[in-house]
Amino acid sequence: MSTKIKNYQGESIESKDIKEGRIPTEKFKPKAKFAWSAGIAMSRFLEELKNGKIIATVCSKCGRIMVPPRIYCEKCFKPTDGWTYVKDTGTINTYSISFLAADASRLKEPIIVAIIDLDGASEAMGIIHRIEEVQDWKEVKFGMKVKAVWKKPEEREGAVTDIKYFKPVKEE
Amino acid sequence: MFGKKRVAIVGAGMTLFRRNMKETGKELSYEATKMALDAAGLEQRDMQSVVMGSAPDAFDGVHMKGEYLADGAGAINKPYSRFFVGGGTGVFTPLAGWWHVASGQFDSCLVVTEEKMSSCYPHPQFAFTTIFDPILERPIGMNLIWIFALEMHRYMHRHNLKKEQIALVSVKNKRNALDHPCAQLGANITVEDVLNSEIMCWPVQRLDVSPTSDGAAAAVLVSEDVAKEVTDNPVWIDGVGWCIDSTHWTNRDLYYPDYVECAARMAYKMAGIKNPPKEIDVAEPYDPFDYKELHHMEGLLLCKKGEAPKLTAEGVTQRDGDLPINPSGGLLGVGNPIAAAGMMKVCEIFWQLRGEAGKRQIPGDPRTGIAQAWGDLMQYGSVIVLRR
Amino acid sequence: MSEVAIVGVGCVGFRPITPELSYKELMFETAVKAYEDAGINPRKDVDVFVTCAEDYLEGFSIFDEFVPDQLGAALRHLFTVTGDGMLGLATAYMLIKTGQFDTVVVEAHSKASDILTYMDIVAFGLDPIFNRPLGGHPYYVAGLEMNRYMHETCTTMEQCAQVAVKNKKNAIENPYAAYGADVTLDQVLCSDMCFYPLKKLEISTPADGCIVMVLASEKVAEKLTDKPVWVKGVGWCTETPNLETRDWSRAPYTRLAAEMAYKTAKISNPWKEIDFAEIHDLFAYKELQHMEALKLCEYGQAGKLTEEGLTALNGELPVNLSGGLLGMGYGLEASGMQKLFEAVLQLRGEAGKRQIPDVEIGLAHTWRGIPTTTGVVAILSNLK
Repeated sequence: MSTKIKNYQGESIESKDIKEGRIPTEKFKPKAKFAWSAGIAMSRFLEELKNGKIIATVCSKCGRIMVPPRIYCEKCFKPTDGWTYVKDTGTINTYSISFLAADASRLKEPIIVAIIDLDGASEAMGIIHRIEEVQDWKEVKFGMKVKAVWKKPEEREGAVTDIKYFKPVKEE
Repeated sequence: MFGKKRVAIVGAGMTLFRRNMKETGKELSYEATKMALDAAGLEQRDMQSVVMGSAPDAFDGVHMKGEYLADGAGAINKPYSRFFVGGGTGVFTPLAGWWHVASGQFDSCLVVTEEKMSSCYPHPQFAFTTIFDPILERPIGMNLIWIFALEMHRYMHRHNLKKEQIALVSVKNKRNALDHPCAQLGANITVEDVLNSEIMCWPVQRLDVSPTSDGAAAAVLVSEDVAKEVTDNPVWIDGVGWCIDSTHWTNRDLYYPDYVECAARMAYKMAGIKNPPKEIDVAEPYDPFDYKELHHMEGLLLCKKGEAPKLTAEGVTQRDGDLPINPSGGLLGVGNPIAAAGMMKVCEIFWQLRGEAGKRQIPGDPRTGIAQAWGDLMQYGSVIVLRR
Repeated sequence: MSEVAIVGVGCVGFRPITPELSYKELMFETAVKAYEDAGINPRKDVDVFVTCAEDYLEGFSIFDEFVPDQLGAALRHLFTVTGDGMLGLATAYMLIKTGQFDTVVVEAHSKASDILTYMDIVAFGLDPIFNRPLGGHPYYVAGLEMNRYMHETCTTMEQCAQVAVKNKKNAIENPYAAYGADVTLDQVLCSDMCFYPLKKLEISTPADGCIVMVLASEKVAEKLTDKPVWVKGVGWCTETPNLETRDWSRAPYTRLAAEMAYKTAKISNPWKEIDFAEIHDLFAYKELQHMEALKLCEYGQAGKLTEEGLTALNGELPVNLSGGLLGMGYGLEASGMQKLFEAVLQLRGEAGKRQIPDVEIGLAHTWRGIPTTTGVVAILSNLK
């Protein structure tokens, strides 16, 4: 703020003033519903998840094997050249121990979320998912090997949640 | 070199930043805009164009909120447009103002940024669930803090950092903010306070994070000819840069913001800056989280990769250091009404270069300053270079 | 000072639904067409990318996140304008005029079929304190305006309906149009009364589609193409968001935008100097109201000129050769691009059966729809 300005504008109020009705408010809940066409790449990705597989697309120019799959390579700006399966195992690129749920409410037991670089895909081709079957969250490490735990075939819907979570894999 | 016409900022203003403000979004815009016009000694009728920057419509709860805010922003019957690049909006909007004047299309442009996050009920965090991909991310139950926690953890891992080193940023900025009259969270805290604060999503703890806020900030931009008439202390916009990275943020190594470097290079080239740490006197990088200040310092080429924590520990980034960073108190201290927060940084550089920053004034005779904002899903960098 | 030209265009759509493509894939397909048309590689040759989108029309907060890859803009200089595609054009024009950038891409699209509650979202644009609590379908705003416009100008129901007849018929010859149809004046007048006096067949229906354009500075344009379409002038204006204080019959936002564009393009007698016009017709009466605001005729005369056929395909100043939005489908924030696209095709001589002979100067105009009063006008020419 400048030394030349003497009057500071803005009237601060407390949340409880609003809750207890001292501040007139108008409430409204928008009806905003969407149904996005999944398109070519995501439709195939979701179908394959239903079959218990993770599919990627390949760009012949830069050679990348890309997950999530896409019909265009954003690096080369050309259509991708084919599909290939990648493994449902990978390594942890980065992770976080979350004591917050999606609606910002506090959790007693933390959720472990990670970016998992999948085996068979190009370097750093990660997807985001949860890690479970961990005794103590302090065990989770960078570079840890993990494997997908799938829902039973009849429970799968064609969504990323067909993989329930990834679990640590014991090194042999 | 500087576009068809050179562009100057001649006045700026901002409202208080607070968690809940009584004013509507229109009223906040009006307050900041009027302050900026008064500071410049100009009136609404002198402005030939207006640009607005405001982040997700979901906060204010109005579709096409740019239109809704037009009257508060002084845009009635004027050429008006709104720009929106997520968190990068605050620094991007003055860039848009720059090309309105530099193109020769207009002699003046009013730049307004506003955010009223508190309208989103019960908590603004809710609106953030919709920034995620509905197929790949939303079903996992994403919380906004997760993406920062994942990035922070990666940054710490690659450079072998401890929380203590990062917490120093929060301590510095909140202390700096005590001298900012509009600040929401100015405080004297210690590294221990940060390390003992509630763990949100490890490694992110409560005192690592900036708050949600309501607020607005505005500035008046004019061409060289007009600047000469209204002030003898114009601050020139000498460099503009912006860059966006791929949507697939999980396919990148998050330890380094390439997009900030790309935006910085664009701005430095235009401004003729070849050695950033030497030629830049003061910087306001975006700091919604404390580690972000370090992350962005490196992306802005103000130091080598991994070196930012060292500079912070050595006091180089304090107000009386060799390279003051966030003398305003940043988002951590002043508040984070997304678009207005970025603009607050631009206004801070403006006031610093003019010597009007009062208790926050950095010593010496600063001539070149930069402000930077970040946005989207670890994608956006916008950079502005100001000179006197 | 450099002139600015459109050197490449691509359009996919417009169709009622596009279930086989995600919005990203739709944008990719269109971008490929535009870059092919311009002969450029977006990874190397483009300085700035501009997309035009509104969060609530896409269903994402911060829609900007989801655009770069499919346009070839990953780790490049892209940003989003929340506005109509023609505001993107105005932005690209200014960027090139600064002398710092040579090639700018502008994109806008509509994936209206993905929006399940479109009208609720339009209503969500109304003022939350003064207007929204009244409820109702937001198009009542159009009914109010049409009623006032007709009252002040003595425009008749038949004259408004004639716009719908003309435009839907024009659209039959447009391969990019979704709703071309041969309707009679009676059919329009007898269609359901929706928001008195606005009738069902006078309201444009949303459609899906995407348009990408490549703009360039003079020196680059002359290297890339021998058919550049020069942007001679652009103007834009926002009147007011408030229903209570706006002018209900004259569309001042269009008049002020037009004055700005005409000044730069040095147009002093619009009706005589402009060869054709693409005017925003979300509602049939809007074409008439906008014609007057564009100073193409005197206030209150547009209805008569339409009735007499002067704005028909073979008339003195054809309006909405593309079929307008009534015929093409309402492309939401891409509707301005629909107008520009037709103007470019006409000026290049590539408009097929809709081509009018000897064209030199065209006008494209857009409005951001209910409840806004924001308009953009551009004057394009195939002569420098």
